[in-house]
Amino acid sequence: MTSPPIALLAELTHRCPLACPYCSNPLDLLAREAELDTETWARVFREAAAMGVLQLHLSGGEPASRRDLEALVTSAREAGLYVNLITSGIGLTPARLQALADAGLDHVQLSLQGITAEKADRIGGYAGGFARKMTIAAEVTKIGLPLTVNAVMHRHNIDDLEATIAFAANLGARRIEVACVQFYGWALPNRAALLPSRDQVIAAKRIVDAARPAYAHRMAIDFVPPDYYADFPKACMGGWGSTGLNIAPDGKVLPCHAAATIPGLTFDSVQDRPLAEIWQHGTAFTAYRGHGWMQDPCKSCARREIDHGGCRCQAMALAADPRAADPVCRHSPARAMVDRIIAAEATAPAPAFTYRRLAPQA
Amino acid sequence: MSADPIPSLPRGTRLHHDSVRGAMVLLAPEKALILDEIGAAILSAVDGSARLSTIVARLAARYDAPLAEVAGDCAEFLRGLAADRVIDLHD
Repeated sequence: MTSPPIALLAELTHRCPLACPYCSNPLDLLAREAELDTETWARVFREAAAMGVLQLHLSGGEPASRRDLEALVTSAREAGLYVNLITSGIGLTPARLQALADAGLDHVQLSLQGITAEKADRIGGYAGGFARKMTIAAEVTKIGLPLTVNAVMHRHNIDDLEATIAFAANLGARRIEVACVQFYGWALPNRAALLPSRDQVIAAKRIVDAARPAYAHRMAIDFVPPDYYADFPKACMGGWGSTGLNIAPDGKVLPCHAAATIPGLTFDSVQDRPLAEIWQHGTAFTAYRGHGWMQDPCKSCARREIDHGGCRCQAMALAADPRAADPVCRHSPARAMVDRIIAAEATAPAPAFTYRRLAPQA
Repeated sequence: MSADPIPSLPRGTRLHHDSVRGAMVLLAPEKALILDEIGAAILSAVDGSARLSTIVARLAARYDAPLAEVAGDCAEFLRGLAADRVIDLHD
């Protein structure tokens, strides 16, 4: 028996007023008509809690684009889950936020595209978004909900990191997640517009190291460095199919948000099969669970229990083989390609963003 | 910071009995800590009004354990959680 997952990321919708060029959603976005209804999500939350999921992350797109968000929070709390809302703040109002808090919302994770309206709205591709976000941030702390600021960092804003950390603390955040863009979803075609330089990343690490003691007992600081500058890969998802799962707006169950980029995987839907069965036996979950799929250098690597070979989707994206070592790894034969990408893209003039948008209806 | 603070669980941090794993879990923003018996006993004694020294004395009495050992365990555990902003410590 595979041990149960801890966390479920529910992508309630792909609709979002923002158009961030690093969105983790797939390039092929789903329309509203494809979304699961309220009662199906409520059943999925009950199934998830019964199988051992503890934390539910309500995400999207922008989850506030769902008019039934309050009902979804209520049903998730009734199921016994810890409910985290991952939001841009757009689509929330003070009254709606209070209703979500009354429904049992545990925590708010608010994205931050930049610390000035000019920059944030340019990156998010949505005029006026920053001002509305600030209203909601103030309301979250006024209500008393714990706030995490999720500051997504890339070449256009990583030099503002010190000020960004101070900004989050002044908003009243208990936690900031300094998340450097990783190259999945919309970020991959926008890589040359987003990839920071090595010097920028080194400076960011220094700033985080200095800020942690400075903000101790006020705000915790999590730092996600960019994979491309790492020597060894991250233990992606804590190991494929081991601790978490994602459900797309249409009910397809994925081992991670990028898994659909791996050809040949088929994803069961919660509309057809119980969630626990999908987790245990679904072919997308068993495909890279454990270490049986590995080839060298991972197979005989001393670090395989530490990083599980890194990220399968990154191996697919860069080495065109989901069974390859994560190409960011120093032991990967494809590492030279990552270094060539850095040399070619990180310090060259940044091209314009390709903003994340739903394809026009045919 | 007081040597004898009052620990409390802020909003968004709560204890949960996980019937699937048969364990107490501390649920907090971006965290789910599956607790061992000691961790569960310490956090169950956190009521938002008792000082650390009172919690230590109660646990030492209940488990018939040496006061100094309980004091060390409690302080290390709670201060670690506070540094990570999972719990609050008030003067």
